[in-house]
Amino acid sequence: MFSGPSAHAGNVDFVMFYIVSISVVLLLGITATMIYFVFKYNRKKGHKPKDIHGNIVLETVWIVIPTILVLSMFYYGYMGFREFRYVPKDAFVIDVVARQWQWQFKYGDGKTTDTLYVPINKQIKLNLESLDVNHSLYIPAFRIKQDVLYGIKNYMMLTPDELGSFDIACAEYCGLDHWQMYTKLVVMPQDKFNEWYNTK
Amino acid sequence: MSNGTIAIAEKSFYEVSTNKHSGILSWLLTTDHKRIGIMYLVTIAFFFLVGATIGLFMRLELLTPGRTIMGAQTYNTLFTLHGVIMIFLFIIPGLPAIFGNFFLPIQIGARDVAFPRLNLLSYYIYVIGAILVLVSLFIPGGPIDTGWTFYIPYSIRTGTNVSMAIFAAFVLGFSSILTGINFVTTVHRLRAPGMTWFKMPLFVWATYATAWIQIIATPVIGITILLVIIERVFGVGIFDPALGGDPILYQHMFWIYSHPAVYIMILPAMGVVSEIITTFSRRTIFGYVPIAMSSLAIAFVGYLVWAHHMFVSGMSDTATWIFSLLTFIVALPSGVKIFNWVATMYKGSIDPQVPFLWVMNFIFLFSIGGLSGLVLGSLATDVHVTDTYFVVAHFHYVMFGGTGTIFFGAMHYWFPKMFGRMYNKKFATISVITFFIGFNMLYFPKFIMGYMGMPRRYYDYLPKFAPLQEVSTIGSWILVGTIFFITGYLLYALRNGPKASGNPWGGVTLEWHIPSPPPTENFEEIPTITHEPYDFSQLKEMEYDK
Ligand code: HEM
Ligand SMILES: [Cu+2]
Ligand SMILES: [Cu+2]
Repeated sequence: MFSGPSAHAGNVDFVMFYIVSISVVLLLGITATMIYFVFKYNRKKGHKPKDIHGNIVLETVWIVIPTILVLSMFYYGYMGFREFRYVPKDAFVIDVVARQWQWQFKYGDGKTTDTLYVPINKQIKLNLESLDVNHSLYIPAFRIKQDVLYGIKNYMMLTPDELGSFDIACAEYCGLDHWQMYTKLVVMPQDKFNEWYNTK
Repeated sequence: MSNGTIAIAEKSFYEVSTNKHSGILSWLLTTDHKRIGIMYLVTIAFFFLVGATIGLFMRLELLTPGRTIMGAQTYNTLFTLHGVIMIFLFIIPGLPAIFGNFFLPIQIGARDVAFPRLNLLSYYIYVIGAILVLVSLFIPGGPIDTGWTFYIPYSIRTGTNVSMAIFAAFVLGFSSILTGINFVTTVHRLRAPGMTWFKMPLFVWATYATAWIQIIATPVIGITILLVIIERVFGVGIFDPALGGDPILYQHMFWIYSHPAVYIMILPAMGVVSEIITTFSRRTIFGYVPIAMSSLAIAFVGYLVWAHHMFVSGMSDTATWIFSLLTFIVALPSGVKIFNWVATMYKGSIDPQVPFLWVMNFIFLFSIGGLSGLVLGSLATDVHVTDTYFVVAHFHYVMFGGTGTIFFGAMHYWFPKMFGRMYNKKFATISVITFFIGFNMLYFPKFIMGYMGMPRRYYDYLPKFAPLQEVSTIGSWILVGTIFFITGYLLYALRNGPKASGNPWGGVTLEWHIPSPPPTENFEEIPTITHEPYDFSQLKEMEYDK
């Protein structure tokens, strides 16, 4: 049901769906109850108001149930995050260098590009580094981002399982042309990638 | 209260000055908490309108892809100014400085705050801070363009007037601290006889808890700002990694203040909600003690979740999950207050007048704000939507849909008390509705755009976002139009509205026992409190409009 260009993207969409579903139920419940009360207990009907100071059972219920719900949200969110942070030993490493206002991708053999080319179905580790201010590498279709800072070594994992070209944006404000720091992620079949990688 | 102290012959605080001056000086040098409240109202409302107008211009720029009315640098300074004005000049001081000043002393049966002159000093410090913001716009270097978060290293590197603008925030912080000290002391020392802690109205509890946060958290931002200025001026390496500093340390220090600041913004609004809901439901609050205690609890544990703003910054993974967990847990007490308010309507006698409609607006919008916070607290989803329009939508729903809405709610609730006049209720009802429509058109599309991957603080956007951006801009016209309409009919009512009685809504907290507008000394004789705060059986002995 939740598929995306990576397994992780599908999982994030699932967590989103889970949280939004519960939220919609709560929101509609609260709103409907409120509107119902406004009509039911309207002053025009002339009931005598009743002073109810509280109800310990009810108040316990409405703290315990939300607690359980949010803990489950925490759990799903954490599991998704853990999978995103996990670095396998044999990951394919690419260095990402950000500066105002462009991206650069450096491959093991010294190849440097401004578009991110990657092979499909490979676990890719992006090492992130900035030459000036804070940036953030954001690939919306894959539901992932990570800040790119000067002097601090961050990384991000990416495992594409769909061919194609996807937007990369900068998500941390970095000055005048922050909004133009777009580039592309291109996911290629392994043989095509090898061919590209091995030509100078 | 033992009896409804009605003092018809007494002159109002507009007519009797607390100092020897008359005319404008009687205002500028006043120590009357009510006059200071009104001065804050005028000043803060002015900046709110300025901020809203800037928002309108930003949305105009985003109406169409490409350049619409301004260049990128202008846009960048506008969103920074909009953020700085709305946060530091409107929403943080807003409710405590205006309604806290005016009503906190009255609601506990006092004649003024504990330190009236310090109160006036706080006001002037606020004004100086605001002037510094304005000055920073016009001196060489140009207006600040860092975003309201002033993240390092950009704020060290940019040539714009960062030092001046953040020094303004430093000064404003002092105003906030002094107001906090004043309110804490007032609540401890000046409660009327019989006004025990658990007889205090919930607005007082909320403002009291807020005051503690103002005192405890604000110094952190003060220190952080001084460090940034030292770094900018003397090149000492504290936060900028190029000088050997740590940029993530800056983010920690910034949010150690700015997350609790979210509670400074929202707690007083929650207090107002409790006042309005009880008055118009004419029954006691459901769960007085839990509501009071959760305000206080937030004032002491609200500091523990700051790093949820930094899940993708490169903190350790352990810190990341711990802060996610803490965020969910700390969010619960303020979340379940919504249930208490709805339960307070149960078996009440509800008269959905204008202030109550604002509260209904609040409950809906603030619920969306809070629930969207769950998406941001949960790590997998936060990584995707942080720093996108999703966050922009979330905080506008919380701060504007929450506190901003209640600013209007409080205005409509206490207007007759503050000014002794009533506004046009038909106009006011229409405004609630158009506010609701404009608000949701403006901000709801931002949730969707955010999930689609639209980053925040972008001068322009990809073509796929164009339709939703357009809806959002049209929403801003309706919303900002409504805000100016409200300003208009309230100003009109000041002189031309029908005279309001001492108790137009049938409220029972102390401010409704005295004439509108209140006399200079508030109470002819300090009352002795015998009733619970929301005991509507007193209405029988009071005069009120049926
Ligand atoms: C009155 C109508 C308003 C409009 C049309 C409006 C519109 C906007 C827009 C377009 C942005 C830029 C979003 C982005 O791309 O990052 C923004 C940011 C912001 N707004 Fe508003 N807004 C309004 C009211 C408010 C209010 C009442 C508050 C506070 C209570 C507020 C607080 C903020 C803050 C803190 C930012 C972030 C600034 C930054 O990124 O540094 N806004 N608003
Ligand atoms: Cu950027
Ligand atoms: Cu926070």
